[in-house]
Amino acid sequence: MRQEWRGFKGVKWLEEVNVRDFIQNNYTQYDGDESFLVGPTEATNTLWGKLQQLQKAERAKGGVLDMETEIVSSMTAYGPGYIDPATKDLEKVVGLQTDKPLKRAFMPYGGIKMAEQACTTYGYQPSEKLHEIFTKYCKTHNDGVFDAYTDEMKRVRHNHILTGLPDTYGRGRIVGDYRRVALYGIDYLIEQKEIDKYNCGKRQMSEDIIRLREEISMQIKALKSMKEMAKIYGYDISQPAKNAREAVQWLYFGYLAAIKTQNGAAMSVGRVSTFLDIYITRDLQEGTLTEVEAQELIDHLVMKFRMVKFARIPSYNEVFSGDPVWATLEVAGIGQDGRHQVTKNCYRFLNTLINMGPSPEPNLTVLYSPRLPENFKRYAAWISVKTSSIQYENDDVMRPIWGDDYSICCCVSATQTGKEMQFFGARANLAKTLLYAINGGVDAKTREQCGPKFRPITSEYLTWEELEPRFRDMMEWLCDVYVNTLNLIHYMHDKYFYEAAELALIDTDVRRTFATGIAGFSHVIDSICAVKYAKVKIIRDESGFNVDYVVEGDYPRYGNDDDRADEVAKWVLKTFLAKIKRHHTYRNAEPTTSILTITSNVVYGKYTGNLPDGRRAGAPLSPGANPSYGAEKNGLLASLNSVAKIPYEYALDGISNTQTIAPSTLGTNDEERALTLVNVMDGYFSKGAHHLNVNVFGVDKLLDAMEHPEKPEYANFTIRVSGYAVKFIDLTREQQEDVIARSAHERM
Amino acid sequence: MRCAYCHNPDTWSREGAERWKADDILDRAERFRAYWGKEGGITVSGGEPLLQAEFVTELFEKAHQRGISTCIDTSAQPYKPVETFDQLFSVTDTVLLDIKHIDDEVHKKLTGHSNQNILACARRLSELGVPVWIRHVLVPGITDDDEALHRLRAFLDTLDNIRRIDVLPYHTMGRFKWQQLGIPYTLEDTPVPTAERVENARHILNA
Repeated sequence: MRQEWRGFKGVKWLEEVNVRDFIQNNYTQYDGDESFLVGPTEATNTLWGKLQQLQKAERAKGGVLDMETEIVSSMTAYGPGYIDPATKDLEKVVGLQTDKPLKRAFMPYGGIKMAEQACTTYGYQPSEKLHEIFTKYCKTHNDGVFDAYTDEMKRVRHNHILTGLPDTYGRGRIVGDYRRVALYGIDYLIEQKEIDKYNCGKRQMSEDIIRLREEISMQIKALKSMKEMAKIYGYDISQPAKNAREAVQWLYFGYLAAIKTQNGAAMSVGRVSTFLDIYITRDLQEGTLTEVEAQELIDHLVMKFRMVKFARIPSYNEVFSGDPVWATLEVAGIGQDGRHQVTKNCYRFLNTLINMGPSPEPNLTVLYSPRLPENFKRYAAWISVKTSSIQYENDDVMRPIWGDDYSICCCVSATQTGKEMQFFGARANLAKTLLYAINGGVDAKTREQCGPKFRPITSEYLTWEELEPRFRDMMEWLCDVYVNTLNLIHYMHDKYFYEAAELALIDTDVRRTFATGIAGFSHVIDSICAVKYAKVKIIRDESGFNVDYVVEGDYPRYGNDDDRADEVAKWVLKTFLAKIKRHHTYRNAEPTTSILTITSNVVYGKYTGNLPDGRRAGAPLSPGANPSYGAEKNGLLASLNSVAKIPYEYALDGISNTQTIAPSTLGTNDEERALTLVNVMDGYFSKGAHHLNVNVFGVDKLLDAMEHPEKPEYANFTIRVSGYAVKFIDLTREQQEDVIARSAHERM
Repeated sequence: MRCAYCHNPDTWSREGAERWKADDILDRAERFRAYWGKEGGITVSGGEPLLQAEFVTELFEKAHQRGISTCIDTSAQPYKPVETFDQLFSVTDTVLLDIKHIDDEVHKKLTGHSNQNILACARRLSELGVPVWIRHVLVPGITDDDEALHRLRAFLDTLDNIRRIDVLPYHTMGRFKWQQLGIPYTLEDTPVPTAERVENARHILNA
């Protein structure tokens, strides 16, 4: 065996690219507690101190520290960059997106207009030369999309019934298997891709084969570029990593290649914790690494993930608030053979939140199961109580679908590492669709005939008999235009903004999912319940347009463990997905859907009229699968029970639930709070729920942070919102108020 | 009782209550069984569970038949040395007992009632061997003087069923409810206790 692989066991991974097989044969489970963990080294404190100063300067400058205007980003566009050249020897993991820390790269391939607007928004003057090149000689993704959009597609976009579509930025959500760089080295990966290319398209030059051959070539070029990029920092990554430090560095170079070439909405890191533990464990055994050095490596790697930045435009920030990048990284989980995958490294990653304080990135995700070791569950819950920075996803519902080596490719969506990619599809506003059904396709906000001119409802009272067929018809139309819009977008993205770096680290025969999404979920449910179980009187304006609704009587609402409302929830989801699945998808991707809104619930709400559930026009929609504001009347657990009833199998792209719990509700001290939280999660996930964002703080803290963002204790105050985490002070005031409005649970 | 610092004055009135059958309550509770962990169960709290001792006894008997552990959160004010309460305690796994003040005179001022029933209840629970968690709300200037805390500790030393003592710092989160209900709030100027005073009380009570 090669010297780099000394001591490693297994066969399959030696014969083919198969990181999962390597992990399964070599990882060491850890059942103990956190007592082995160590604090930050002096080097970590120095570097993190510098980085915090830079972050402070960035905030003082309005959110952007520095921007590139002259150089198009690529893997080799810059010389080496460090947090501070004076302390570069302290950096155990090296590599920046540009030549300076937190400086945002110029990425025109998604759309030159957007790249330039991002510059001018923050007071930078984009290069005239690049403008000429990318308008005269070179086409971008955004241009391609708008060349092909139909009038109807532009209309649904303009009316915000579809919002956040990846037609102006990188679609993201493609997780390269960055571990491959460390395990195999680049040369072997190139060899394998050469073989794939050789085998692709003998005497069968159809359009899809031609495209695939071109894509494999682009992947091979990307792999060669990765070697060049590493060389700039003085590393040769053509061969496998020899030890833990190289493994961390090699893996990071793989990820760095992705974030230098793509500005996707989500640039996830993947499931790297247990993989890296194998190298660290070997070094510890060989006596070449100490626990202090091991933690330092992980701290420095995480520090790099905390530095990922992209240049964004205001309309993007409206949808994805707080400058997120979704450098999502998973810990724990359980293997197909029943062994849990908790290693000491899972602890080390969570410990970064103590060593360097809370942080929204990387988006640390615990793949949860009630069967995880009690020690680990308690420690993770304790980290939640302390930092509100991590999320939990139910490994027990994901494993049967995605196996035991999936990564989270965005906020909450699973994807098999190195085997799959996703066509990200933002989401459709179902609350608005319900209003279109009532008003015959006319938009309540713009009064445009956006949807098809179906018969509007003219009765005095809304009845389910009248509403149901209309809602179904309108959903049918929406799903049709939605899937087709996405087909077009992803065709152009492949053509003009292909993710060569990430896909070079994924199998050539990649499986694709087609991720649609739903916004306004809870409002649709409650509105339908109002119609079904109470009387809903329609209020019309002088032109006869249905503008408002008066509910007479009580009705069940989603979020109270009331089966009547929760059955409607299932109906909405299943009906929507069935309609999505009726359509052809680009590259025969497998259609999925999500109930997940990021912070777009605020902007979606802005463009949605009064709803029959009493939500006023313009108010934020409830995020993700969360029940509506004020609808939960029976405490936290009843709310969790409602969300847990939504079948994951019908929303494989994820069902996001964000809950804030007042510390006193969980217990009198942090240890007790952690234990209670474990009980809550054991219960919630054993009921088949998919995801939980946990915040532990009271509203008083949020109010104070909103009024006094300058207080040092709020500089890193991190909160979980739908599917990710943000620094609270980085949210717009509107969004801060939205977070505060959904008050903390004071009782179970 | 009518404690001056009550954070749930909205539960004082007996008007507007709903009638539930024991089995229906347990059916409802069992929907949350998955969240209880190994030690969880049901807790009957205020209003005041001892005011409905017979019903709570039936509820707890049925809970035990379903393998659900039982707990009451009580002020013990309605306690009398009668068989009814012994029956209730025989099916109660844990009692959360709130001793507002050890001094009878101060107790009367604070709550409008003597503390004799409460202390009697605590003694009876000790005799019956029912595990008790003591909960003491710490109100600055009213329930946090060292002398009273030492006396409380001395009383607790005469009991042998105390499993835990919680010092609960007074908070003002219930104040708005008084305003909504139009009841004068007499602690308007009372601050929340400092961390030092809370620590001091925990130390004296050996919490």
